[in-house]
Amino acid sequence: MATTVTAPRSDTVSDDRRGGAPRRGDPHRAGAAPWLFLAPYLVLFVAFVLGPIVYGLYISLHRYDFTLPNKPFVGLENYTDLFTPGSVTFDVFWRAMRATAIFTVMSVPLLLVVPLVIALVMNKKFPGRNVFRALYFAPYVLGVAVVAILWRYLLDANIGPVNYYLGLLGLPDDTNWTTSTPAAWFALVGVTVWWTLGFNAVIYLAGLQDIPKELYEAAEMDGANRWQQFRNVTLPGLKPVLSFVTMITIIASANMFGQSYLITRGAPGTETRTAIYQIAETGLRNYQMGSAAAMSYVLTVFLIILSLGVFWLFREKQARKKEPPLQAAPMALRQGRG
Amino acid sequence: MSTSVEPRPGAAAPARQNRKPPPEPTKLKVRRVLRYVVLTLLALAFISPLIFMLVTSFKTRADAASLPPTWIPNPFSTDAYATVTGAGTNTPVLRWFANSMIAAALHALLVVSTAALAAYALARMEFRGKKIVFGMVVATLFVPPVILVIPNYLIVGELFWLDTLIAIIVPTAASAFGVFFLRQFFIGLPLELEEAARLDGANRWQIFWKVVLPLSRPALVTLAMLSFLTNYNDFLWPVYVLFSPDVQTLPAGLSTLQTANAVRYDLLMAGAVVASVPVLALYVGAQRFIIEGVSRSGLKG
Repeated sequence: MATTVTAPRSDTVSDDRRGGAPRRGDPHRAGAAPWLFLAPYLVLFVAFVLGPIVYGLYISLHRYDFTLPNKPFVGLENYTDLFTPGSVTFDVFWRAMRATAIFTVMSVPLLLVVPLVIALVMNKKFPGRNVFRALYFAPYVLGVAVVAILWRYLLDANIGPVNYYLGLLGLPDDTNWTTSTPAAWFALVGVTVWWTLGFNAVIYLAGLQDIPKELYEAAEMDGANRWQQFRNVTLPGLKPVLSFVTMITIIASANMFGQSYLITRGAPGTETRTAIYQIAETGLRNYQMGSAAAMSYVLTVFLIILSLGVFWLFREKQARKKEPPLQAAPMALRQGRG
Repeated sequence: MSTSVEPRPGAAAPARQNRKPPPEPTKLKVRRVLRYVVLTLLALAFISPLIFMLVTSFKTRADAASLPPTWIPNPFSTDAYATVTGAGTNTPVLRWFANSMIAAALHALLVVSTAALAAYALARMEFRGKKIVFGMVVATLFVPPVILVIPNYLIVGELFWLDTLIAIIVPTAASAFGVFFLRQFFIGLPLELEEAARLDGANRWQIFWKVVLPLSRPALVTLAMLSFLTNYNDFLWPVYVLFSPDVQTLPAGLSTLQTANAVRYDLLMAGAVVASVPVLALYVGAQRFIIEGVSRSGLKG
C-alpha cells in the first residue's frame, strides 16, 4: 500500500508546531496534523453514529418513554417481550417483520433480473443509447414522497388511470390497489421496481463494461451461441457485481418504509406495515423508545445475518479467486430509498 | 475506468475480422428498427407516469378527478400551483422548497468538507490509531441506519434541534461512504505532485487545499451530488423530527398535503412536480456524476 511510501516523507512537511522536532522516519511522530484533519469528521461520527449505536443499546434496556420523567432499567425485558407470544410488542413486531419479509421475497428477484435484462440491452452500442439509459434511470432520483404520491393517484381505485386502462384491456378495473391484499403487495412491489430498477441497471452496466471483450470473441470463435456466451462469459464475469447488487437489494427491500407509509398507509389493517414503519411508529409516535430500540437491534441482527449469508453464498462459489472486490456501502448507500 | 479494461488493441482487431459473415443488410435493418420500437415503447411506458403527473398538475380540480383520464389539460389551468404556493395556506410549498434546497445544500457542503479532510488524513498521513479509525468508519458502512433513528432523535432533542433544519443537516452528515470513497480517490492521485509542492515549501494544509482538492474535483462533485440527492429526498427522518408547517421539507410537507387534501389530485401533482424539478434538473445537468457515483460505489474502490 501507499502508506509505506508516504511514511518517511510525512515528517518533513509536518506543520505541527507544538510537537517538537519530528524525528525522521518515525511515522508516529506526525504530530497533531492528522487529528486536526480528522477532527470535524470525528466529532460528527462520534456524536451521531458511534455514540448513538451505544446509546441505542442503553435505551433498549430501559422502559424509555420520551414524555415521562422516569426511565426505569428493565434489563432484557424489551427483548424478551419481542420473543414472548401474546405480548403487545410480540404481535405488532412480528406482523411487521412478516410484512417486510413478504415485500423482500417478492421484490428482490424482480429487482435482480429486470435491471440485468435492461443492462444487457443497454450494453450494446447503438445511437441514442445514452438517452434511453437516462430515461430508465430518471425515476430513481425522485424521492419516495414524490413517487408514492404519484402512484397513490395512478392506483386510485375509483378515478385512477391504472384501473381505467386495465378496464380498456378487458381486465378487472375495480382492484383496490391500496387497501386490499394481495393487490397492495403487487402495487408496492411494482412501484418499487419502476422506481429503482435504474439503480441496479447502472451498477450492472458498469460491471458488464469491465468484462474483457476478447472473452466474447473467443467464445464466439469456439462456436458458443448467445445463451452460452451469457452463461459462460457474462455471468461469471458479473459475479462480484451480482453479489453486491444482491446484497444491497435485499437490504434496501428489508428497509422499506416510505412506500407503505404513503401508498397503503399499512392498509388493510396493518398488513402492509413494514418493520421500519413499526419501529418509527412505536418509538417516534407512541414514544415507547425502549421497545422500538430493541426492535431495531433485532432487525439489525437479522439484516447482518442475511448479508453474511449472501456474502458466504457468493464467496464460496468463487473460492479460487483470491481477492474479492472491496464492496463499498450496502447499508449506507441506499438508505434514502425506503 | 471502463476504458482501462479495453482489450489489447492487437488482440481485438484480428478477432473482429474473423467473425462469421455479417447478416444481409435488410435483416440487420429490420432488427435495428425493431430494437428501437421496443426500446421506445418501453421508455414511454416507463416515463408516462411522470408525464401524467405533469399533465395533471395543470388540470382543474374537476378535470383531475374525472374519467377517462385525459393527456391534455382542458382547460389548461395553473390554479393548482397558485393554491399550493399561495400565502396564508397551511401548505407553504415554496417555503418547503426553500427549506429543502437550503438543507440539502448545506448538508452536501458539510459532508464533502468533513469527509475530504478525514479522507486526506487517512490516505496520506501516518499516525497512531489510523487503522482503528479507518476500521471503525468502514465498519459503520454495514450498520443499518434504522438503529440510529431512536437514539439520534433523543440526542437531537437534547440539543434542542427538534423542529429546526439543523436536525436534518447535521446528524446525517458523518458519511462513512464519503470518507471511503474520497480516500480511494486520494490514494490514486500521483504522489509526485504533492512532493513537488512540498519541495516548494507548502505545508500540509496548502498541499491539501491547493493540490489535492483541485485534482479531486470530479470525486468531490460526485459525492456532493449524491449527498444532496439523498438529503433532499430523505423522508423518514424529516417526517418525525420536523413538525411545524414552516420548517418542513418538501417530501415531508407533501405527506401532510396528502393527508389534508386526500382527493385533490391536481394539488398533489403540482406539489410533486415542484419537488421533482430540482432533482430532475440536477440529474439532467450532472447525470455523468450521479451515474458514475452509483456505479463506482458498487465496484472496487
